[in-house]
Amino acid sequence: MRLSRHLTDPLIRSNPVTLQILGICSALAVTTSLVTALTMCAALIFVLCVASGLISAIRRHIPQSIRLILQITIIATLVIVIDEVLRAYAYEISQRLSIFVGLIVTNCIVLGRAESFAMHHPVWPSVLDGLGNALGYSLVLVVVATIRELLGSGTLLGLPLLPTTTEGGWFVPLRLMQLAPSAFFIIGLMIWAIRAARPEQVEHPDHRLVGHETGAGP
Amino acid sequence: MTEILIAAIFTDNLALSFFLGICTFLAVSQRLSTALGLGLSVIVVQSITVPVNALIHQYLLAPGALGWAGLPQVDLGFLRIIVFIGVIAAMVQLLELLLDRFVPALHRALGVFLPLITVNCAILGGSLFMVERRYDLVKAIAWGVGSGAGWALAIVTFAAIRERLRYSDMPQGLQGLGSAFIVTGLMSLGFAGFGGLVR
Repeated sequence: MRLSRHLTDPLIRSNPVTLQILGICSALAVTTSLVTALTMCAALIFVLCVASGLISAIRRHIPQSIRLILQITIIATLVIVIDEVLRAYAYEISQRLSIFVGLIVTNCIVLGRAESFAMHHPVWPSVLDGLGNALGYSLVLVVVATIRELLGSGTLLGLPLLPTTTEGGWFVPLRLMQLAPSAFFIIGLMIWAIRAARPEQVEHPDHRLVGHETGAGP
Repeated sequence: MTEILIAAIFTDNLALSFFLGICTFLAVSQRLSTALGLGLSVIVVQSITVPVNALIHQYLLAPGALGWAGLPQVDLGFLRIIVFIGVIAAMVQLLELLLDRFVPALHRALGVFLPLITVNCAILGGSLFMVERRYDLVKAIAWGVGSGAGWALAIVTFAAIRERLRYSDMPQGLQGLGSAFIVTGLMSLGFAGFGGLVR
């Protein structure tokens, strides 16, 4: 039971993206269509699980002073593997993902989980923790990509769902959804929704204006 | 060359149109002074690492780049990611040592940010974009300086807005991170208005 907590916790309750602002850097750029987002998620799930497992397996042999270099080397090696695999077997998608698969190296979730969890826990929980965090990240990515592709071009996974006006239907694609700002808005609104449902995640301001709320301090 | 410089600052802004370095962008923008320090460090590191990586790519990693060593068939392109991250880490370390030795005042101001920059995807992304767009050394210098300046401009503006936002009364769930994303989105929309500035 306690093991499965490592898997389910990061999905919503301590989601790496919406709660800890980790790893959104490279992610949002690939959410214009669902196919690219799913590919990115698969790549991240692979890298995060394997990296957590490997680092946890050798954690007792890693000298403290060079642990960051070792971790980054392991992560970069895995990213190169997945990058080359994508180039070989899914060339078109790898071209659309552009540099963003490579940027998994600097994705803070991977290094963050390695440093804060895998270095202190046995292999199996580390892999589960990696999988859970990767899935939590994927969840955000898939939701954002679904909204952006559906409203931006009326398709989902390339299949037309909403008939667009150019093809005689009624739906006018929202150009904004294909542009960068929409991703920021969607994530912002998602965070609002999650925090409305889970008030314990609300950040309290460091300064409070006097008189704004009853009971507020000076 | 000026086109690349202008485009890198405004239309191709790393933070606002490619989402690069957003983690740091959101985390270190609470105060204008720290944002300014981080922005300056990014400009410095980016202007050094992109040209250095351009040289390394041109003479070591690109397909056929090892022709000068008598190995024209070798293509080390797959090593790009790991070499670039190594170069970035080494450059940051070197810069830190040099600053500490020769400009201690600047080192005190920027010191805390330099290690953060190693894992900033804007830096690695800048080098990877340079390769993808096949920039030569001159263009790489323009791109490095410009993209660093663009990122710095974005974070300094954002921090200034956030300092004001701290005193605003907004719905509880939006406080902090939520509003930060919405503001970034609005800024990104504003920067999208620069589109067409450079053909």
